Amino acid sequence: MSTFLLEIGLEEIPAHLVTSAESQLVELTQHFLNDHRLEVESVKPYSTPRRLAVQLIGVADSSKSLSEEKRGPSIERAKDANGEWSKAAQGFARGQQADTSDFEERDGYVWLTKRTPGVDANIILEKIGEEVIKKMKFTTYMKWANHSFLYVRPIRWIVALLDSKIIEFNILDVSSGRITRGHRFLSTDHIEIENADEYQTTLSNAYVIADALERKEKIVSQLKNIALDNDWVLTLDNQPAQELLEEVNNIVEWPTAFAGDFDEKYLEIPDEVLITSMREHQRFFFVTNQSGELLPHFLSVRNGDENNITNVVAGNEKVLVARLEDAEFFYREDQQKSIEDYMTKIKSLIFHEKIGTVEEHMLRVGHLSNNIAKTLKFSSVAQENLQRASEIYKFDLMTGMVGEFDELQGIMGEHYAQKFGENQQVALAIKEHYMPKSAISETATSDIGAVLAIADKIDTIVTFFSAGLIPSGSNDPYGLRRAATGVVRTIKAKGWNLDLKPLISQFIEQSGKVANEANVSDILTFILDRVRKLAVDAGMRQDIIAAGSANAGKVNILHIFDRIATLSEHQNDKDFRSIIESLTRVARLAKKEPVTQSINPDLFENASESKLYKAVETLEDSMAISEGTDVLYESLATLQDPITEYFDTTMVNDENVDVRLNRYAQLNQINNLIEQLGDLELIVIK
Amino acid sequence: MLNEKLSLQDIILTLQQYWAKQGANLMQAYDNEVGAGTQSPYTFLRANGPEPWNAAYVQPSRRPADGRYGDNPNRLFQHHQFQVVMKPSPDNIQELYLGSLEALGIKLLEHDIRFVEDNWENPSMGAAGIGWEVWLDGMEVTQFTYFQQVGGIEVDSVTAEVTYGLERLASYIQDVPTVYDLEWGNGVLYGDIFKEPEYEHSKYAFEDSDQSMLLRHFDEFESEATRLLDLGLVHPAYDYILKSSHVFNLLDASGSVSVTERAGFLHRIRTMARRVSKVFIEERAKLKFPLLKDATLREKYIGKNGKYASKEDK
Repeated sequence: MSTFLLEIGLEEIPAHLVTSAESQLVELTQHFLNDHRLEVESVKPYSTPRRLAVQLIGVADSSKSLSEEKRGPSIERAKDANGEWSKAAQGFARGQQADTSDFEERDGYVWLTKRTPGVDANIILEKIGEEVIKKMKFTTYMKWANHSFLYVRPIRWIVALLDSKIIEFNILDVSSGRITRGHRFLSTDHIEIENADEYQTTLSNAYVIADALERKEKIVSQLKNIALDNDWVLTLDNQPAQELLEEVNNIVEWPTAFAGDFDEKYLEIPDEVLITSMREHQRFFFVTNQSGELLPHFLSVRNGDENNITNVVAGNEKVLVARLEDAEFFYREDQQKSIEDYMTKIKSLIFHEKIGTVEEHMLRVGHLSNNIAKTLKFSSVAQENLQRASEIYKFDLMTGMVGEFDELQGIMGEHYAQKFGENQQVALAIKEHYMPKSAISETATSDIGAVLAIADKIDTIVTFFSAGLIPSGSNDPYGLRRAATGVVRTIKAKGWNLDLKPLISQFIEQSGKVANEANVSDILTFILDRVRKLAVDAGMRQDIIAAGSANAGKVNILHIFDRIATLSEHQNDKDFRSIIESLTRVARLAKKEPVTQSINPDLFENASESKLYKAVETLEDSMAISEGTDVLYESLATLQDPITEYFDTTMVNDENVDVRLNRYAQLNQINNLIEQLGDLELIVIK
Repeated sequence: MLNEKLSLQDIILTLQQYWAKQGANLMQAYDNEVGAGTQSPYTFLRANGPEPWNAAYVQPSRRPADGRYGDNPNRLFQHHQFQVVMKPSPDNIQELYLGSLEALGIKLLEHDIRFVEDNWENPSMGAAGIGWEVWLDGMEVTQFTYFQQVGGIEVDSVTAEVTYGLERLASYIQDVPTVYDLEWGNGVLYGDIFKEPEYEHSKYAFEDSDQSMLLRHFDEFESEATRLLDLGLVHPAYDYILKSSHVFNLLDASGSVSVTERAGFLHRIRTMARRVSKVFIEERAKLKFPLLKDATLREKYIGKNGKYASKEDK
């Protein structure tokens, strides 16, 4: 048993790719080992900005030999009249690179046992360059020097050691060896690794913590200690902080955390600006006091040791102050103007070349918001606030601060709107119209913000569709899928009964040229696709989702989610199969003759018809069906027996036209109810 | 922060000496308005084709929209870049760069130096590269790029470009509050030399430029560049492309270019940049790539079946 080490030495890998590259290296190595039947006890991964490595522990001396039985022709065919091996038998032997003398006769056939002997580990491992290193996939590639080979960053060295022996191979002009590089500044670029199992200690002596998790834990404990000593609160258990930690971990090999300060006067700048300056631009962690108020200090991590850290602190403080100085300047300057000034400036801002200006977009969104608010019966105060918000909600795009920090769009809008005397509701809506910012982030909380968010996104989808800028495949440069998901998630979170079909049709009609070419059903399909995607992500069954989202009618998102939920809840019921079968039997026949005439009970010829008729009448009378899809499903379930009885005793296609049409009318009446659950025929009954 | 505070001209002299020793030819600043050292023909044109090229130079770079009337501590209408290009990129280019910081008296062990991913793209010149910005104690002092595409053409040989922001680097070394407090040399301050032009250029670009004159010039420069490209006169054509690019930057700074028009102008510049790269390679190929000495590479590019073999060679 041996230990094998593979280290790929690279120029600094982009921080966000390091962790995924490490897992990919493990995966490819495992495939490689399986392909060659080489057994190892465990695979230990390492990664830093400058290296990706795997240590294979307990490597077998050679791969497992393989013994396969191959069946040849039947004995009858294998021998000729003289009992000699026939052409067929000889051909089989040749094909298996064996001799006819190796044949065994068993069960009426000839057999060959094909043995592939084990191969020494060192021979197999020579292929790891070609079969693992070169097979790594990245999201960014580059070439360097005169090579045409593409990789994430230039490969500068390779270590490949089986215990103490070098496994030799080349990638471009780099030969594998035992020389690695230590920390760029604290060590040298010529560190010899004696033995594969000494990797971690050798590197640690050269100021490199190669184990990414160990490095991260060290960073966390250093940061926490500083915060604790100063009585600062450092919050790491949220997504942005974790992302920052991940990034910082992947730009250092030997971390040393430190704290820095900035003048208290900058605390007048809005928190979001300070946090963006620290976190996004400088990769600093911010700290607060016990009540969550921002403090004029920051934490950061150096790629090095404690020595001369005062230089590092001073330099970082200076850079932050320069940024805050800029931010303060914009903050002051921006407030010298008014919302009206910004709205004048915005007139020249283009929404999209093929569509028009942002001002026109805002005007359309205003009309659409208004329609939605009326449908949802907003109070007149709410409608006024919404109107005001829709008139100004993009003004912050013209401010200096958003020009400089574009990630603060909406956030500065809310802040400045309040400063300029807009009411809380209007200000909040300006921020919330951008929500949800990603597939998983929060949706707008306020009613006005939610309507504005929905209207802004619908206008975007409709006008882009009309301009022919429709997403295809994985290509969605304008984020239209994200916008549609946003519409769906916002409506769902708000629990709003909103019929999208009439809303969007009317919007297209009223928007004139810019929406002319948009097709309502394309857009509704596009939105319904997002509903389905969300249901798939929630773990629902594909056929149930397809059934529940079909026959979407006016496209009430809430209703569609309810249908899917109801069908999912019942999918494992004992009687689910029989209920669906009897209901789809009705649906199938009803669709053959979509009769709309009213039912005439006088034309009934048997008891089962009246019985079913009464059962349906009771359902409709009880109004149970208007109480949601769950009640509807359970009501329809009660029809199962009457339906079975009906089909047992009734021939729908009666010779008498009146009787026949009356029967179809009855089936259609029931089907109208069934279709409110979707298209049950799409459910796969197992 | 450092024991000996180098003046800005000392920094330039040190970098020139250092890179000359590493095999770079010291060129002079290009005598045409450019937005960045990359636009100098010593980078943009030479990055095309298979010929090796190592050069270093200071390039005053004009960015009209960044003008701040001399009021902002860091932003300038015109700043200075120290540009190094090495083609093909040497295997130890990062180490060479770090050596230059040491030459400037920056002891690597006493600071925090990081290579932070930053891929560079200049869509109007059809140029893109992969690389980092280099942080010195949190301050971005250098842009480090491996060119992948120039003038919309995938490069034959990768140029490593190292661009130092001289004002930033000097601000760090001299530890002064604003660029205007930097010592250029011999006790003369940056502000003594550049404060007035900064104010005047900002005022000109934002308030007093003659729009119709600029628009007319853009059209004229563009047609001149196009005409010269047809004649295979690469360098004069490139000068007119640079001029139209600068004129566009002035128009853009004045705020009179709408977003749509902006896209239109950028498209026109990009079209010219693509053509000039192509014509440059063609003209160099006609001259048989005189700087390309390696026999294998000569065969690869202008041998019988070479990528740029002329009809007679075939």
